Amino acid sequence: MSSFRAPPRKGENFELSADLNSEYREKRKDAIKKVIANMTVGKDVSGLFPDVLKNMQTDDLEQKKLVYLYLMNYAKTQPELVILAVNTFVKDTDDSNPLVRALAIRTMGCLRAEKIIDYLCDPLQKCLRDDNPYVRKTAALCVAKLYDLKPELVVENGFVETLQEMIADSNPMVVANTVAALTDIHIAAVAAGSSQEVFVITPTILNKLLVALNECSEWGRVEILTALARYESPDDRESEHICERVVPQLQHANASVVLGAVKVIMIHMRNVHSENLTKQFIRKMAPPLVTLLSNPPEVQWVALRNINLLLQKRHDILSNEMRVFFCKYNDPLYVKVEKLDIMVRLAGENNVDALLSELKEYASEVDVDFVRRSIKAIGQTAIKIDEAAERCVNVLLELINTRVSYVVQEAVVVMKDIFRKYPSTYEGVIPTLCANLDELDEPEAKASLIWIIGEYANKIDNADELLGIFVDTFTEESYPVQLQTLTAVVKLYLQKPEGSQGLVQSILNTATKDCDSPDVRDRAYIYWRLLSTDPGAAKAVVLSHRPPISLPRTTVAPALLEELLSEIPTLASVYHKPAETFVGRGRIGVDSVQQRNSSELPDDRSATQKALQTVAAGRQAENLLDFDDVSAEDGQQPSGLAATTVLASTPAAANLLSGTSSNPLDDLVSIFGSVSMTPVQPPQPANALGGFGSPVATSPPVGLPAAASPPVQQASSNDLLGLF
Amino acid sequence: MISAFFIFNQKGEVLISRLYRTDLKRSIADVFRIQVVSNSDVRSPIITLGSTSFFHVRVNNLYVVAVTKCNANAALVFEFCYRFTAIAKSYFGKVDEESVKNNFVLIYELIDEINDFGYPQNSEIDTLKTYITTESVMSSPIAVEESTKITTQATGATSWRRGDVRYKKNEAFVDVVETVNLSMSAKGTVLRADVDGHILMRAYLTGTPECKFGLNDKLVIDKNERGASDAVELDDCRFHQCVRLDEFDSSRTISFIPPDGEFELMRYRSTSNVKLPLRVIPTVTEIGTTQVSYVVTVKTNFSNKLSATNVVVRIPTPLNTTSVDCKVPNGKAKYVPAENVVVWKIPRIQGGQEITLSANAQLTSTTHRQVWARPPIDIDFQVLMFTASGLIVRFLKVFEKSNYQSIKWVRYLTKASGSYQIRF
Repeated sequence: MSSFRAPPRKGENFELSADLNSEYREKRKDAIKKVIANMTVGKDVSGLFPDVLKNMQTDDLEQKKLVYLYLMNYAKTQPELVILAVNTFVKDTDDSNPLVRALAIRTMGCLRAEKIIDYLCDPLQKCLRDDNPYVRKTAALCVAKLYDLKPELVVENGFVETLQEMIADSNPMVVANTVAALTDIHIAAVAAGSSQEVFVITPTILNKLLVALNECSEWGRVEILTALARYESPDDRESEHICERVVPQLQHANASVVLGAVKVIMIHMRNVHSENLTKQFIRKMAPPLVTLLSNPPEVQWVALRNINLLLQKRHDILSNEMRVFFCKYNDPLYVKVEKLDIMVRLAGENNVDALLSELKEYASEVDVDFVRRSIKAIGQTAIKIDEAAERCVNVLLELINTRVSYVVQEAVVVMKDIFRKYPSTYEGVIPTLCANLDELDEPEAKASLIWIIGEYANKIDNADELLGIFVDTFTEESYPVQLQTLTAVVKLYLQKPEGSQGLVQSILNTATKDCDSPDVRDRAYIYWRLLSTDPGAAKAVVLSHRPPISLPRTTVAPALLEELLSEIPTLASVYHKPAETFVGRGRIGVDSVQQRNSSELPDDRSATQKALQTVAAGRQAENLLDFDDVSAEDGQQPSGLAATTVLASTPAAANLLSGTSSNPLDDLVSIFGSVSMTPVQPPQPANALGGFGSPVATSPPVGLPAAASPPVQQASSNDLLGLF
Repeated sequence: MISAFFIFNQKGEVLISRLYRTDLKRSIADVFRIQVVSNSDVRSPIITLGSTSFFHVRVNNLYVVAVTKCNANAALVFEFCYRFTAIAKSYFGKVDEESVKNNFVLIYELIDEINDFGYPQNSEIDTLKTYITTESVMSSPIAVEESTKITTQATGATSWRRGDVRYKKNEAFVDVVETVNLSMSAKGTVLRADVDGHILMRAYLTGTPECKFGLNDKLVIDKNERGASDAVELDDCRFHQCVRLDEFDSSRTISFIPPDGEFELMRYRSTSNVKLPLRVIPTVTEIGTTQVSYVVTVKTNFSNKLSATNVVVRIPTPLNTTSVDCKVPNGKAKYVPAENVVVWKIPRIQGGQEITLSANAQLTSTTHRQVWARPPIDIDFQVLMFTASGLIVRFLKVFEKSNYQSIKWVRYLTKASGSYQIRF
């Protein structure tokens, strides 16, 4: 059969046309197969439309399916000719064989030719009431297809009402498809701005769904669970009931059913007040979540992303299960990275030793990106668990002694965070760090070390020498390093004025005269003026006490977290951002979110909406990528980004998001933000305004995520400096 | 939901393309080719560009791709891709470029049957095979009756079973297959040891039999008999859709009406008291910068009536290895330069035995000394009639209207493939 894919010959379509009209059945069928093969590889065979059409009337089901497949592809281009097919279709919907009836109604819905739609309604009406469930379930989805084409027709013929009646169907598969169709229509109607609710889940419907849930196919269960998630239960009794009925689904073999059940339980558990019950549900949820990790890597990844979200809401779910998240050597990178993040979330005093020896192991692997993240995770553990900080520092020191360039650099960056959390605690490490000065060539690592030197200038005997090296090469360094050098030298001068006067003079001179970054220049001017007018004030500003950092428990705003939890396991919950940010234009855009927002909403809901709205606005601005197929055809390549980088590179969205967060220490998230795909949050503006010294000392090196684009963030904090 | 389904070969050529919804054009396939197939550094299985998301799964030399335009259910989409692969495998043996090209008509038929308008439909292989066949089906009057039966089955409460199955000899085979996952640290402490168990069943039973299945599940046994010591703690169980989940939830009984033929009845996970069938004791010393010496001992840890078969030990060597000479008392050991490992194949090791490989790797001297990452030693094996978790099938009862006698067979197998790792 591979000969169907032979290279094109001259006049191939002509030959095919002859074959299609052959008097031998086998020859005709082979010709149809060839046509389909050509269609698949993208050759234009639309010219054969009339010839293919002639073969539609046949007893051979396989041939019929092939002709239908051809029709679905080309009906749009040959609307006039499709009419010729209508008769056969309508006849087929009356066939005595249910497979033929279903096939006809399924295909008619896919034809998408205006002319044929009008002929679809009557057969559809009939098929919805067919006595064969297979035909009914196919017809149910056909209504959704019709709605997609011409919503008016669905309304005129009362198909929606018919569907609503069909929820009571005796066959669970029909119920499942009806639910799918109604949900599809519901979403389309909402997107089109219809005010009328197409698919309201009433208590009666709820009971029918709960019954069908145990009987229908796995895919049907997913649809029903999605519908259950939308139900708003009036009291806690009903919520408890729903949770109890859904819990058995956690044992299903299909990961999407398990995650769907988790979603329903998470949503309805909000109403359950009994502490005991909640605990019981959570306990039952844990083992299935762990089992998801024995799935293929892609499914594992989806599960891990969702587990990450769940842990942000409920820290206790998997508290004893850290070992299952240990990375296997042959896991794909995206799985390993997620596991790292989750391990840090699960870290506690009791398991920190196991975690650290594991992280140390990872730090000697081959993939540079993974190694860096592992080292970062060590730093996060140190910041999270006070008791373990010393052990973490020791591990970092061992890693620094390996003298592998990227390991050392990452370790230096991490050490700086540890110094911020535990000021003046691990000063013994400083000589080792300084000894590796020559190894550093990345701006972030350099900036971190310079910050450490500046911070502990009075305890490092040769601080002036060390900083002198950077002052000499000042103009060649990148801006973050320049800013840090500047601040560090000023700190040194304020702590040890003797001997560093020349250094401060020369750097202020260079920075104000030879530097082309306005940020660096402005900061130098401020320091200069401060130092020359009031050294006391300068001390208060530059050497001011900084609040210690802590590890944020969530990477998304609380309101957004709730929203994402009710989206498990969709793309939104995988990406940890609301659907509005990546499902553009059609469906639910910013406008509709605004609309929904303006209508009355309970308090917590409106907070969620607001959070969504801002993030959506931010993303929409970036969403120029939302390419049409046309642009792709033109050969214009959309400058797409892999999913992992999409978020980190959208500081605009991140900026907006931080505005909605209430955590005053949010700027710290940015340190860790780059670990996962969660939005990076830049320093809080309020923090900077409080005393204009604080951004000088805190922001530049501390909050630079490796993957994000530093210039934008730099600017956001340094703009404030420019005002003075 | 799923807007389009594609299969690409390694070069990015479209082998199968089916658009389920109209929000996409065929040319979307080009975007995937540019973004994923010709991109060497893809670090995520989902790529979202604008509002179009590409979910891809690699199977042999193919990409199985589903495209969505909405906030799709990611777990469902991947499960669907894998289900398609499973179906294709059962229809034409292996899934690769050649088999897809040779069976494209059948594949189109299948993907139209298992998905309508982007919503997955019945995908039970057993049922599909009754009405999507490799021979053409004629729509004759006899077929009408047959297809009415098929359609009722495809949508019925037991969509996985035909009602009219007949066997002369009623038999049921149960295979308990356990995959052991192990990570052992260089010091010999167990970092992680757990068992992924699969219970596969082949049921050749007449009519609509009602089955009850019993394991030495700790939760059941503790309730009924006190003092039974050989019970197994199962962390989690997942079942084929034929098992009544609500019944399991309330009383932990596994009852079901089985599909006809082969299916996976349940999967389970166990982490406590895992008996490791093989122990590996590696001693690896780097002698200067030009030599590495290996002494790797494999010990079997089960009764001497049993034996481990198809044992393959993979011992990593540094990247700059030139040659390795190995001495083994049993099996064959060979250095594979392309993968930087010594592969040691042992056809059979009896229980209670131990064998040792000693080898010496010669390295070339490199100008800059790169630290060797020391990937773990990996060992694959199979042990028949042994379960690492200690799980035992206690009973399988079959009840049917006609009250026939049935014969049941149980087999146990413990294996590891790529997940039994020992660091050194």
